[in-house]
Parts: sequence; structure tokens; C-alpha cells
Amino acid sequence: MTEDYKIRASHLNFYYGNAQALYDISINIKPSRVTALIGPSGCGKSTFLRCLNRMNDLIPISRVEGEIMLDNININDPSVDVVMLRRRVGMVFQKPNPFPKSIFENVAYGLKVNGVKDKAFIERRVEESLKKAALWDEVKDRIHQSALMLSGGQQQRLCIARAMAVEPEVLLMDEPASALDPIATQKIEDLIGELKQYYTIIIVTHNMQQAARVSDMTAFFYMGKLIEMDETDTLFTRPGLKQTEDYITGRFG
Amino acid sequence: MATIRQRTDNSVRFIFFVIALASISILFMIMIFLFAEGMPIFKKVSIYQFVFGKYWYPTSSPPDFGIFALIVASVAVTMVSAAISIPLGVMTAVYLAELAHKRVAEILKPIVELLAALPSVVIGFFGMVVVAPFLQDTFGIPTGLNLFNAALMLSFMSVPTICSLSEDAIYSVPVALKEGSLALGATHLETLMRVVLPASISGISTAVILGMSRAIGETMVVLMVAGGAAMVPSSLFDPVRPMTASIAAEMAEAPFRGDHYHALFATGIVLFLFTLLFNIIADRISHKYRQTGEASL
Amino acid sequence: MTDEKTIIESSFDRVYRKRRLIQKSLFLLFRLAALINCAGLFLVVSFIALKGYKAISWEFLTQPPIDSMTKGGILPCIVGTLCLGIGSIIVALPIGVASAIYLNEYASPGRFLRLIRLGISNLAGVPSVVFGLFGFAFFVVYLKMGESILAGVLTLASLTLPVIIGSTEEALKSVPDTYREASLALGATRWQTIYRVVLPAALPGTLTGAILGLSRAAGETAPIMFTAAVFFTPGLPGSVFDKIMAMPYHIYVLATAGTNIEATRPLQYGTALLLIAMVLGMNLVAIIWRSVLRKRMK
Repeated sequence: MTEDYKIRASHLNFYYGNAQALYDISINIKPSRVTALIGPSGCGKSTFLRCLNRMNDLIPISRVEGEIMLDNININDPSVDVVMLRRRVGMVFQKPNPFPKSIFENVAYGLKVNGVKDKAFIERRVEESLKKAALWDEVKDRIHQSALMLSGGQQQRLCIARAMAVEPEVLLMDEPASALDPIATQKIEDLIGELKQYYTIIIVTHNMQQAARVSDMTAFFYMGKLIEMDETDTLFTRPGLKQTEDYITGRFG
Repeated sequence: MATIRQRTDNSVRFIFFVIALASISILFMIMIFLFAEGMPIFKKVSIYQFVFGKYWYPTSSPPDFGIFALIVASVAVTMVSAAISIPLGVMTAVYLAELAHKRVAEILKPIVELLAALPSVVIGFFGMVVVAPFLQDTFGIPTGLNLFNAALMLSFMSVPTICSLSEDAIYSVPVALKEGSLALGATHLETLMRVVLPASISGISTAVILGMSRAIGETMVVLMVAGGAAMVPSSLFDPVRPMTASIAAEMAEAPFRGDHYHALFATGIVLFLFTLLFNIIADRISHKYRQTGEASL
Repeated sequence: MTDEKTIIESSFDRVYRKRRLIQKSLFLLFRLAALINCAGLFLVVSFIALKGYKAISWEFLTQPPIDSMTKGGILPCIVGTLCLGIGSIIVALPIGVASAIYLNEYASPGRFLRLIRLGISNLAGVPSVVFGLFGFAFFVVYLKMGESILAGVLTLASLTLPVIIGSTEEALKSVPDTYREASLALGATRWQTIYRVVLPAALPGTLTGAILGLSRAAGETAPIMFTAAVFFTPGLPGSVFDKIMAMPYHIYVLATAGTNIEATRPLQYGTALLLIAMVLGMNLVAIIWRSVLRKRMK
């Protein structure tokens, strides 16, 4: 039964210094599905997401308790190497953050640092990843130009391509469309629908319509706690708890 | 009422403008007086002879006013010291900006600042009484007062400049870029080398150039430690006489408005032009290649 | 698909240990560099302190040198350095602050402002010995001040001016624009806003800059060599047109051209110790003060 889940977090607590940000989170995430994390800002959804590739390690005063199983390894175990983990768990950030390098170099970056030397292989991967990110047709003639020349929406798709190039198993997306215009947002949402066949996707969003559109499962966070998690359709039409209903109907938050 | 206040405001503005202008006019005054006192030497020797002349015997008769050896000495001392201070300064900057715990960095940064504040005469003194005898004994060389010692002591002066300016540049690289790299499975070092340092390269270059500018203009250290021989050096352990040392040492003995005196001012012109060049390059770099930060939307 | 994954994973495994090792060794190197820096300061200061503290006595601080400067104290040097340092700040502070106010509060961004800034950063980069030449040609000769405290003070003031402008500008920039807007919205003129709102808020930062400028001026040697400093004066200076002794120059003279270099070593160490104590002390005060200010700003 447990084999059905890609990620299983149990009794996860997280602290910034003395302030507790996550309380006893237990959550199971199915493979090849899109799971959306929703909730008002400051509810801990992003913090939880950043626990999954241990991005919070960068914050010196932070502390984590509990267990997060990726397949059958506990990623918080001291013996687990964070570099290895992050190759398996990719991430796309809220604001597009392409490196000040060419489009090609941005996508090739992960392969190169991970020791891939074969040039033809890298070129093939770059093309494939850009195609998967639905960006190839727009940039194929200027692949060696600076990535900073692209529009915001293109930059974000480039960041998605960059994350996919190293063949991660899980893709974390932290409000990937919040800085984009509606058309670019539409493209990113379509893309997410395409990509879930390859990856386990977890997306944080403050936009409930977006969660309803793109996700299969939705988890509602509030004040650092996981309030409710269910199939997206169920959660939005027949929420189990009053608190969830209040939030999704816009009564607070 | 309002008009009087407005008028006061305008005159205050004008006064400040004049004072600001006065501040930078010092730079022009420096140029004017250097040229006024330095140009007369070119009636005696051509600019080419002065700059490329191999012999500096200002007090023999007939005197020789060729500062080539002095220029070479200044450049050599600066280069050798750059070879020490650039890696040391940039690596320390990386440590402070990226590796050190916040508390440790808070203690170390003031230490770097204090290093910058050490009076040059004290560093020169230290080079004379401690480093020179040490070099002499260790390497069995005739004098410890030489190019290498001067370069080493100069590094004391330029490392803090390079370090603190580079640290600012490294620190201002957006966290988002670092996270982007780490999230792809790059190690901290790879993130540093491939993303952070390239993104801050213009700031670091500015830091390096300003550090070198400080080294080439430094006087007391080379005056006390470089050994003073006006010859083109052939080894690291040769004594040399950089331009600054020559000016400082000879001004007192040069007869007022004699040829020697004018030649020293002309040396000052060359030195001034060197530092002007360094500063303009630094300014160019920092304006042209503005830090490439987060992608703007 | 799976093939590609295998290729990526196998290359990952192949280089993985090497990447770790390179990171470890380079980080060690970075740490070492920082350590060398600190060790440098520690070495210089502790060496001079160890050699110098024996020389420092009441007599050393309060008596003039005797027996061709081989014995006695350094009172005239201390007085001289204080005169030069404080004098140059008295001159440079108002000019520097006013310039910084113009640059930060009045001037509109453009070519002209850029040019002025370039001029000031170049002024900061002029070698100290060139300031000495300038001071000699302008103040000593052209303005007929002779080698005097006044000429030295003005030369040092030119040199500290960029330091003061820089730190004042930084202080002005740290005053939030909302302060200015609030004051202007109440009908105050620009000058009233600066005088009553901006300057008081920027004052502590400006004073930090003044301390740094003072310590810089006190430690400089080359600019005063041809403008103010002499080997020896029989007594303390009586007017601003007197020549003067100064600690940095005293160290240089005793260490390189004194009548008996070896015999006066204790005096050299003593003077050097006193000088670095003064200069580093002032810097430490400025640094601590600044960090307190920054904390308060948060």
C-alpha cells in the first residue's frame, strides 16, 4: 500500500529559530500526479515545499523534525546527501531566476555540474527539455543568446526546462505563475498538465482557481498546519471541514 | 513670505553647488600644479627620454633623468603584490560572504577594516625590522629590503580594499540565483564558481583595480622596504626604487625649482596618470557591466 | 527515457566523490585565506605591542626628545599629530558634508553629476605622495604659507575630503525618502527639510566618517613630508605657521635616517605602538558606533 506513494511526510515540525512554522504535518503524495498546496500567505505551504528538497538548509537558524520519505529513503537522515537529493527533486521558483548566461547554458547547467561530458548528449537533452517546456519553437534560433533577453513567461518556462534537463523524479513549483501575466500563466498551466505524465509535481499556489484547474490532489494549509487534503474535485465541491469551506469560498484569507 | 523662503532655498542650493564644485576642483588644482612644476624638465629632456631613459642619476653632472627603472619598479612591485593580494582578497571575500557564520563574519569584517586602517609607515616599519631580516636569513640574499618584501607589505594595504569591495559584490548577488543553482543539484562550490562569481565579476574587477591603484600609489612602504636601487630588477629579490619612493626620498634634497625638482614633479605626473587610468577603468567597468541581477520582468 | 536517466545517473555517480573532495579542499583554502588576513593584523599589532610597551612611560608621553632624539619622549610628535589630524577634519568636515549634501540632495542625476562623482573617486585614488607634491607647490610655495602646520592641515584636508564625502553620502542615502516627502508635503522647503529632518538623521553616520577621516589623516606620512613635518623642533608649536613634528614622520626618520638607528629602536617601537593604538582605537570606535547605529536602524 505504501508503495503507491512517491513522498510520505510524517509528523513534520519545522522551526525558524524559536518560531514554529510547521506543526505535525503528515502527507502522502502520489506519483505522476499534480498535488496543489493552497492556503493564505504565511500558512507554511512554501516552507513545506522547501522541506522536500531541503532548500531550508540555507537558513542557518532553521530546524526540522520528523520524517520525509522519498521512495524508501528518509531525506532528513544525516547520511543523505543534499546534492543527490536535489538532483532527484527539481524546483521552480516564484520569480523566474535564469542565470545570466545563454539559454543553452542555462539548460545545460545541471547536466554539466552533474558530470555529463558528452556534448552531443547535452545538446540533445537541451533540445528535448526545451521542447517539453514548449519553448523550443520560440528560442531555437537564438539559443546562444542571453536568457535575460526572454520575456518573463519565457524565462519561467526556461527555468522549468532547466529543472527537467537533469531528469528529476519530482518537480516542486513555488507559485510558478504568480509573477506572470494571464497568457503566460495559461501556458505554464497547460505545461503542468503535460508534464505530470513524467514527474510527480507539487505546486504551491495562492490562486484557488489555478489549483482547481491544474491539480489532481489539493492540500489546504492554515497557520502551519495541514487542515485537509483530498482529491481536488472533492475538496472544492464538498470540503470536509468548515475551515476549508470558508477559505475556498473566500470568507477569509 | 513664500518667495523669501524660496529665495533662501535657492541661494542655499547655490552655495552647496559652489562647495561641491570646489571639492572636485582640488583634483584639477592637483593636475595644474603638477604640470606647472613638472613640465619645465621637458625643456631639458624629451618626454620619450624621460619615460624610457634607463638612467636616473639626478645629482651627477651631467645628470640623467630617465625614470624607466622607476616605472618598471612601480609596476613590478604592484604586479607581484597583486599576485599575492588578489587571491587572498577574493578568497577572503568569498569566505566572508558565503561560508562564514554570521557571527564570525561580524567579527572578521571589522578586522579587515582595521587592517586597512594600519598606517603605511607602521607596515613599512614592520617590513624593515621583521620581514627584511627574516628574508635575508631564510634565502641567503644580500638584502632583505627588496622587491618581494615591498610587494608583500603592499599586499597588506591592498587586500582590505580588494576584500571588502569584492565581498559587497558577492553579497549583492540575488539569493534567487544561488537557489536556482542549488536546486539543480549543484554543490555550494559549483554554485559559487559558475553562478555567483560570474555574476559579481564586474564588482570584483573594480575591487582588484582599485586595490592595485592603491598599491602603485603607496609611498611609505616602498620607501622604507623596497631597497632604493634605481635599476631595472632582474629577480624578485633585487632592491628597487618605485616612483613614489623616489619622489619622497629626493624632494628634500632637490634644489628648489632646479632640474631635479622639476623631474620629481614630472615623475608625479606619470604616477598621477597611472592612478587616473586605473580609476577610470574601474569606473568604466562598474558602470558598463552593471551587476547582472535577477531577471527583470 | 530510462536510458537517458541511466546516463545522467552514471555520470553523477562517477564524478560525485570528486566534486565533494574539490569542494572540501577549496573551502579549506578560502578559510585559510581569511585566517592569513587576520593573522597579518594580529602579527603586526602584537609584535609592535610586545616590543613597544616597554618604551611607553610617563616621560615618553610628556617630554620632548633629547640628545639628538636618542632619548627622551615624543610629546611634540603627539601634539603635532593631533594638530594635523584635528585641523584637517575641521577644514574637511564642513566642505565634505556640504558637497555630499549637494550631490545627494540637490543635484539631479545626469552627465554632470556622474562627472563630479568620477572626479571625487579619482581624488580618492590620488597617491598620498602626489598630495604632498601638490601641497608643497600650492600651499607652501604659491600661497606662501611655508612649511607649516597650516599647509600640512590643508594638504591632509584635501586627502580626507573624499573619505568624508563618501561616508556622508552613505549616511544621507540611508535616510528614508519618506522622511523627505513627509517634510516637503508639509510645505517645508528643500533646505528646511535637509536642515531639520535629513541632517539630524544622518548626523551619526557623518560623524563616523569624520572619525575615519581623522584617523586616516593622523596616520599619513607622505603628504606632510614636504609641507609640515620636520625632524626636530625644540619646543611645542606656537602658531599655525610653525613647522611641526609628527608621529608617523618621527617613526620614518628614526628608522631610516636617525643618528643611531639601532639605539633608538625602543623609541621607534614605542612611537609605532602609540600611533597604531591611536589610529586603530579611533577606527574601532567608529566601527562599533556604526554597528550600533545599523542595529538601531533595523
